[in-house]
Amino acid sequence: MSKYSALSLIRHAFSNNKNWQLAIKDAEPKKSYDAIIVGGGGHGLASAYYLAKNHNLKNIAVVEKGWIGGGNTARNTTIVRSNYLWTEASLLYEKSLKLWEGLSQDLNFNVMFSQRGVYNLGHTLQDMRDIERRVSANKLNGIDAEVVDAKQIKKNIPSINTSTSARYPILGASLQRRAGVARHDAVAWGYARAAAQLGVDIIQQCEVTGILKSNNQVYGLETSKGRIESNKIGLVVAGHASVLAEKADFRLPLESHPLQAYVSEPLKPVLDTVVMSNAVHGYISQSDKGELVIGAGIDPYIGYGQKGSFCIIEHCMQAIMELFPCFSRVRMLRQWGGIVDVSPDACPIISKTPIEGLYINCGWGTGGFKATPGSGWVFAHTLANDEAHHLNAPFSLDRFSSGALIDEHGAAAVAH
Amino acid sequence: MLIIKCPWCGDRDETEFSYGGEADIKRPVAPEALSDEEWGDYLFMRKNTKGVFKEQWNHSAGCRRWFIVERDTVNYDIKATYKF
Repeated sequence: MSKYSALSLIRHAFSNNKNWQLAIKDAEPKKSYDAIIVGGGGHGLASAYYLAKNHNLKNIAVVEKGWIGGGNTARNTTIVRSNYLWTEASLLYEKSLKLWEGLSQDLNFNVMFSQRGVYNLGHTLQDMRDIERRVSANKLNGIDAEVVDAKQIKKNIPSINTSTSARYPILGASLQRRAGVARHDAVAWGYARAAAQLGVDIIQQCEVTGILKSNNQVYGLETSKGRIESNKIGLVVAGHASVLAEKADFRLPLESHPLQAYVSEPLKPVLDTVVMSNAVHGYISQSDKGELVIGAGIDPYIGYGQKGSFCIIEHCMQAIMELFPCFSRVRMLRQWGGIVDVSPDACPIISKTPIEGLYINCGWGTGGFKATPGSGWVFAHTLANDEAHHLNAPFSLDRFSSGALIDEHGAAAVAH
Repeated sequence: MLIIKCPWCGDRDETEFSYGGEADIKRPVAPEALSDEEWGDYLFMRKNTKGVFKEQWNHSAGCRRWFIVERDTVNYDIKATYKF
């Protein structure tokens, strides 16, 4: 496969762009593989890519029931940050952020990672105390973080309402300058292309209908494209993790909820950073196309329908209006829902399972996109070595019986 | 927006209710006799059903009583609501 470069752009321009190779060829399943990843979202593709790149496995397949990046990878608000409170979580997300910083070069695919900074606003005295604490914790872990006051916020984001007479006045914020946004589709395509280049078979439209095991050792999958054998299988299927776990007879501590997001009509540049607020509960950035990208909290009920309720939309718009009254006349263009697998401590499960050879990477809840590279990195290590990487060791399934939870609910700079 | 039929008050908007998750989870009678795995299973493990699911709701901005809802978690159709 040819390498993308400025030179290749020029060369193909001379032939009217008619000779570009397909970025990913559609593979048909072989009889058996050294490792299979179930789920062709960002995390699954990243896992396959790092398995091939870091661990030298050659015979790998990714099976995806829909199409590449058709799930949550393309249904999020693309925010990337690592300012989590607890050491275990912040180190995992920081590993990811470091990988993001070199990802376009590594994949030879422009993921448009833009380090435009993320502000997490504080509206009460307690918010500000929590922000001071989190920023200090981040600094101790070597993660860039700073506290900014309302005056600095207004200077950097002129369109925000910092009036002291607001219902929820902005007192200050934490700012992570290395944080930002990325192009979500490009992340899926980039990983898929790079993995395919290393020989990974990417099999789309292939739904897993059964997980084959004998004597508690996994040996393959029943799929809509027939039986595929492997004694190393990783499940990376986000909202459907519980559904697949049930097929393998083990239980997960997850609840799948709809998480909605919204995109406005395109505007001229008005917001050059990311603003998140825990108290009024909304977050917003502006895409390179000019659309405002807006998100909020999950719908409260369990749902697999990729849609949510209107009252959540209203609540989210109220939050954005509170922060940016100047957006009151902006019309929303699109709305969608993703299915997020929320764990009891708002932290992922990247772990071996009770079944030998079967591994799971799930429970990312509302914050999985930012973790895509790091998640793939540590999960590939776990699969290849049958042992957790030191970064994901605390995120085992065992923690729900040992009690060693990593309580990022309410600590992770955003309410879940 | 879901319209949920409270068994006491009738059809009301979703915004009047709070969600209580999976129904029929019983607190073990003798927790001290359980292994850590069994206790963890009671505390954290959930069915998370895709399809018709039995769940609890509370009419928190109404009569404040709990009841059971059977709802399809894919198309969100409510099949039945009834008292405990």
